[in-house]
Amino acid sequence: MAAATPTSYTDKILVSDEVAEFSAAVVEEMKMHVAKYPAERSRSALIPLLFVIQRERGWVDNPGVNFLAKFLNLEVTDVWETATFYSMFNMRPVGRHHIQICKTLSCKIMGEPEITDHICSKLGIHPGETTEDGKYTVTMVECLGSCGTAPMMQIGFDYHEDLTTEKVDKILEACK
Amino acid sequence: MHVKDGHTLKVYRDHGGYKALEKALKMAPADVIDEVKKSALRGRGGAGFPTGMKWSFVPKDSPKVKYVVCNADESEPGTFKDRYLMERDPHALLEGMIIAGWALGSTTGFIYTRGEYKYLIDVMDVAIAEAREAGLLGKNILGSGLDMDIHTHTGAGAYICGEETALLSSLEGHRGHPRLKPPFPAVEGVYASPTVVNNVETLTAVPQIINMGGEAWQKLGTEKSGGTKLWSVSGHVNKPGVYELPMGYADMEKFIMEDCGGIRGGKKLKACIPGGSSVYIMNAGQIVGKNVPMDYEGLVAAGSSVGSGGFIVMDETVDIVESTKNLTEFYKHESCGWCTPCREGTDWLVKIFNRISEGSGRPEDAQLMLDICDNIEGKSFCPLGDAAAWPIQSAIKQFPDDFKKWLVDKTASNGVTANI
Repeated sequence: MAAATPTSYTDKILVSDEVAEFSAAVVEEMKMHVAKYPAERSRSALIPLLFVIQRERGWVDNPGVNFLAKFLNLEVTDVWETATFYSMFNMRPVGRHHIQICKTLSCKIMGEPEITDHICSKLGIHPGETTEDGKYTVTMVECLGSCGTAPMMQIGFDYHEDLTTEKVDKILEACK
Repeated sequence: MHVKDGHTLKVYRDHGGYKALEKALKMAPADVIDEVKKSALRGRGGAGFPTGMKWSFVPKDSPKVKYVVCNADESEPGTFKDRYLMERDPHALLEGMIIAGWALGSTTGFIYTRGEYKYLIDVMDVAIAEAREAGLLGKNILGSGLDMDIHTHTGAGAYICGEETALLSSLEGHRGHPRLKPPFPAVEGVYASPTVVNNVETLTAVPQIINMGGEAWQKLGTEKSGGTKLWSVSGHVNKPGVYELPMGYADMEKFIMEDCGGIRGGKKLKACIPGGSSVYIMNAGQIVGKNVPMDYEGLVAAGSSVGSGGFIVMDETVDIVESTKNLTEFYKHESCGWCTPCREGTDWLVKIFNRISEGSGRPEDAQLMLDICDNIEGKSFCPLGDAAAWPIQSAIKQFPDDFKKWLVDKTASNGVTANI
């Protein structure tokens, strides 16, 4: 196996005062999210905005969180306490292609272990790790709601279902 | 659900879409609630609470803004029906929500969708934009005087947010921690305002109920379980997928062995979890030759329940200790950590399962797990604790040989000793 980076929760939160900057278009997008909620309830936009931060920054980082705290008039810890609860927010950088393999029962009994072994041996990493070139991260996740088309994985936001090792090869080839 | 381009407003309207809304807007709101009561529609998210009754709990004289919240979090293992509804019939959901808004005096709706379903959020956003453009959302809908808008809201990977009060915490931008009831959301929900939280399938049934009339819709099912129900089927069947059946369909064996194409590879049925992972697991002996009716009463009498309608079918190659371990890992991962019995209990249970998988299980471990489950069930803050306990309790009861094999012989019933 090649050297790889674990992607578990960071031990380096709350250490930076840097505030991220975003383009006018991104700020406009953020304002559109906030506008869905009553004026005094802008905190409701926190999760959608954390997704924007993650998309723009690659992960939920200190400068991004600091920006959100100011943008929504919250304490920095308010943002962290919400962000760290949800498994979709990456507390460390992940690969350009984030492969999330469903490990829950229907996928498990329909061949997930073989799919996971195949992907990990092809990429030379274990679940939870990122390839040295920063291209791929493999994460094992709980049920993604594709039980009838198991086994499945999600790359980015794209669902890939009814997986076979041959199908996986084609999908990974297309990721290059 | 298989109409070409059925997700578009044009095709939906070509098939009679939004006629129910027109009809409902000519009815008094209380009469709309009455029709839903007559339909015997029970919540399709898992709890099965009567929908009309839930709607009637919303205080009519509250000066606060009232909210209709659609629970589209769908994270229960084995359950994937709401996905198909939103993907192929998004306007039916919107129509159901607008009718609910009229019945309840609501001006705002939110569709809370799990973050992984990003493509569905995009589908719903397009449908919402189409509805706004057509005057079906916004000010003075169809000249009725109803002002209502609907927005999508994104979750971010937390099963607990399918629990209605945890969903509301999440909708407010907090950790998805459940809230103490009462007050129930109908009285104090999102932003401490009256809120009705209904599942996608529940709300999508509302236009049909208004079109047909509550009594006619109820007659599609049984007296206490009205209408039809979507069942999502996964696991070792030849034809997995989403099936719509009348409530009370007889029987469960026929459904698995004929409608779903039988067990893959000609193998024998070993087990089935009929309602998503948080209901009791059934062994083949509880199903085969028993004529189990598929409705709330029939499945409870047979030893399980409807839950979310997520059938997970397992053949004879599956070791039930390993499969139960897999579900317990799910509940440990998804426990929100708010209360001790669930947080500590699920962790302890996984540790015992790990010990068993490593061949170090002890004969008394089955009883120890039952004791831990007893200390979770009914003692946790929200139903997630019960959901974690029930698979284990029923697995030990219905599949004692699988546990004995591991705890005494240190091997799996299927001859495989590796961890599932």
